[in-house]
Amino acid sequence: MTTVRRSTFLVMVLLALLLAACSTAAPEPTDDAADAGIVAEEGAEPQSLVVYSGRNENLVGPLIEQFEAETGIDVEVRYGATAEMAATILEEGSNSPADVFYGQDAGALGALAAEGRLVELPNDILNLVESRFRSADGVWVGTSGRARVVAYNPDNVDPAELPESILGFTDPEWQGRIGWAPTNGSFQSFVTALRLIEGEDRAREWLEGIIANDPVAYSNNMVALEGVAAGEVDVAFINHYYLFRARAEQGDDYPAALYFPPNGDPGSLINIAGAGIIDTAANRAAAEEFIRFLLSEQAQTYFATETYEYPLIDSVEPSEGLPPLSEIESPDIDLSTLSDLEGTLRLLQEVGALE
Amino acid sequence: MNIAHWPRILVSKLPGRESAARVPLHLVVPALMVAGAMLLPLAYLLVRAAGADAAAWQQLFRPRIAEVLGRSVLLAFTVTLSANVIAIPLAYLTTRTDLPGRRVWSVITVLPLVIPSYVGAFALIAALGPRGLLQQMLAGPLGLSRLPNIYGFPGAWLTLTLFAYPYVLLSARGALLGLDPALEDAARSLGDSPWMVFRRVTLPQLRPALLSGSLLVALYVLSDFGAVSMLRYTTFTRAIYVQYSASFDRNLAALLALVLVAITVVLLTAEAREQRRARAYYRAAARRRQRVVRLGRWRWPALAFVTLIALVALVIPLSVMAFWLVRGIRAGETFQLLIGPAWRSVLASGLAAGAALLGALPVGLLVVRHGGRFSRLIERTSFVGYALPGIVVALALVFFGANFATPLYQTLAMLVFAYVVRFMPQAVATVRAALLQISPRLEEAARGLGARTPRVLFTVTVPLVRSGLLSGAALVFLTSMKELPTTLLLAPTGYDTLATRVWSATEEAFYARAAAPALLLVAVSALSIGLILARDDAGR
Repeated sequence: MTTVRRSTFLVMVLLALLLAACSTAAPEPTDDAADAGIVAEEGAEPQSLVVYSGRNENLVGPLIEQFEAETGIDVEVRYGATAEMAATILEEGSNSPADVFYGQDAGALGALAAEGRLVELPNDILNLVESRFRSADGVWVGTSGRARVVAYNPDNVDPAELPESILGFTDPEWQGRIGWAPTNGSFQSFVTALRLIEGEDRAREWLEGIIANDPVAYSNNMVALEGVAAGEVDVAFINHYYLFRARAEQGDDYPAALYFPPNGDPGSLINIAGAGIIDTAANRAAAEEFIRFLLSEQAQTYFATETYEYPLIDSVEPSEGLPPLSEIESPDIDLSTLSDLEGTLRLLQEVGALE
Repeated sequence: MNIAHWPRILVSKLPGRESAARVPLHLVVPALMVAGAMLLPLAYLLVRAAGADAAAWQQLFRPRIAEVLGRSVLLAFTVTLSANVIAIPLAYLTTRTDLPGRRVWSVITVLPLVIPSYVGAFALIAALGPRGLLQQMLAGPLGLSRLPNIYGFPGAWLTLTLFAYPYVLLSARGALLGLDPALEDAARSLGDSPWMVFRRVTLPQLRPALLSGSLLVALYVLSDFGAVSMLRYTTFTRAIYVQYSASFDRNLAALLALVLVAITVVLLTAEAREQRRARAYYRAAARRRQRVVRLGRWRWPALAFVTLIALVALVIPLSVMAFWLVRGIRAGETFQLLIGPAWRSVLASGLAAGAALLGALPVGLLVVRHGGRFSRLIERTSFVGYALPGIVVALALVFFGANFATPLYQTLAMLVFAYVVRFMPQAVATVRAALLQISPRLEEAARGLGARTPRVLFTVTVPLVRSGLLSGAALVFLTSMKELPTTLLLAPTGYDTLATRVWSATEEAFYARAAAPALLLVAVSALSIGLILARDDAGR
């Protein structure tokens, strides 16, 4: 009997030690809380903000540091994939520590909005961008734009032979020359747009036509672009900024160029990265200030020059070498409706694009 | 000369089942705690599945679901098979023979385990893809313009085999090092050739360890997302990820995940049946020196085999990372110091390894020493979450953490707990295999001499299974080091690790920035596993 009690005791001690080790090793959150407490005693508003970011730290980290330096607001950022961050907020429910969700496609923002997890933004924020770049009910706003483009290898393709519309790539002359990334979220948003603009039947025909041309399916936009540069394919359907990043990492002689199909073609859809405020946000004022900052000239210039995305406010020009947003006759659709990916996935599966 | 016909004096058998009433409380309580923790993901899935509507249930019974399920099962089966084909000779060569540089090889051959499958898959595509480096090398002499397509099943099979075979290798190594050489010596003295000794005496004794390792491989394959998504082979796990990211339908995702749980239960039952058929063989009390097998003319083919495996599973991925690094430095990329992320990786993974070991020991002792139905159920329970995609386990713990353990949510303790929930089976499987090798008579003898249970545990049992415990801890450590979804969702905010650095760079295609943390991740993991294996080896 004593034996049992002693060994039980031993196990308990070990577990207690383990828990103690864990909790002493996690001082960071407590320290922060203590700091916030001191600030509060001095009479200042406890300014801290929790951002769940589906946007990458390499892209937006420096910008958030600028925000902290300028406002004195302490920002804690949790980085992850856009869909996973949105799912996390949904699972956390009313206990979510998040104040702001900052994601890289309208679909995830739409999913949070559909569950009633986003609150309405003030008009002074919403009115900064064109209505096509914000939600119809005012719960999220686009902060930068990303254009769908056709990347081509100028060594293998004469720009004159590129079709007027993305729909033209079903022509047999493109047999074996196309690269795409059918599992990529931006590509799927494009297909959703195609369904909305051209109708289900045309969208299906287009997908079947492309598949008949034996496209090379890549795992993402960047790999597809690398395929173009390596001459593995002649054209690829990607987002515009990957080319600029490839040039920054691999030099300006990177053998690829961009083509924006004109005339409101779905092939030049402009999607957004955007932000919204969570319904359980503890600090709504700081959250609004953060989103306002993302739409400031400073931040918009950062997007134009550092991430090579499209600024969405009028006073900032896009990066050199990009046609201005007003010249891209992107299709006229409500980006919120792009959250209907279910049908797109079904279509992609049915035509066999996701195998 | 089959071992099954040997006199009982050489081969002792498991003691008969003890009744549940006699199972000691000091094992039952911690084991139940472990089982409870391991069941959290399942509980979450049931909560979510209860919210699924009729449309979601209909989705579940589409023919496509069966097709994707079939692929997962096919992949798990073939990878497990090929992992054994690679791992068994490697384990034997690196523990028993005079292979040149044997100790170095024993570390190198385990190292592919430290390469995250999302990095490994990318590297293999870069090297062996249709227009990869190999094709470019062969284009001149052979005029090949394209290599066969590695996307789909062949690529997924190859990648997962190369990065998962070390599970079998580690567990086979542990078993080989722990075997009592007396049986082999006896067979040899009766005139068996080394091959006959291996096939008739050694291999049957390795069976429990091989089964444990195989189970880990199969479940790893079922839950892998990185490799199958890079290589575009739609398995069940990939389908679950697509549900989360495309439709945000958590209820349907939960239904799909429950199907994966069902497959896991089938696998667990099958493995348990096989384990019961495999007899346990105990080693002698004292560690006897094992005989070194001379390879003779097999020396060079053996060396070529190990070199080939190391080349494809280790040198190629490392070279691709080094290539990214150099290319980035040439383009003027600057690098941040990585001491912080490296420390945070090691701290969280180290704590997880320790905690998993503490949890695995009572579970292992319970099932090996008191193997009733109840004990086996607890042990099997600890595996349920292991075949689930990381995102499912992570979201389950987000759900429970945020809503029922709010003070702990997003703390280091929570992260460590999450790693343990996710990777506990690796420790349980290894510890169980190690415990099966030691005779309960030794513990009984110590008790008979008046030693109390804790003293028996720490002076007799633990020292005897030391190498098994270390392997178990090493596995949990390594997999925690490279774990992504759990870290991203559950670490304290701002707790960036080497794995999250690699992920965040590759996600946006900053390959140069991914290279440094990836290489460091591999180096730190390699160092720790090297230390463990070297000690293990020196202890012989």
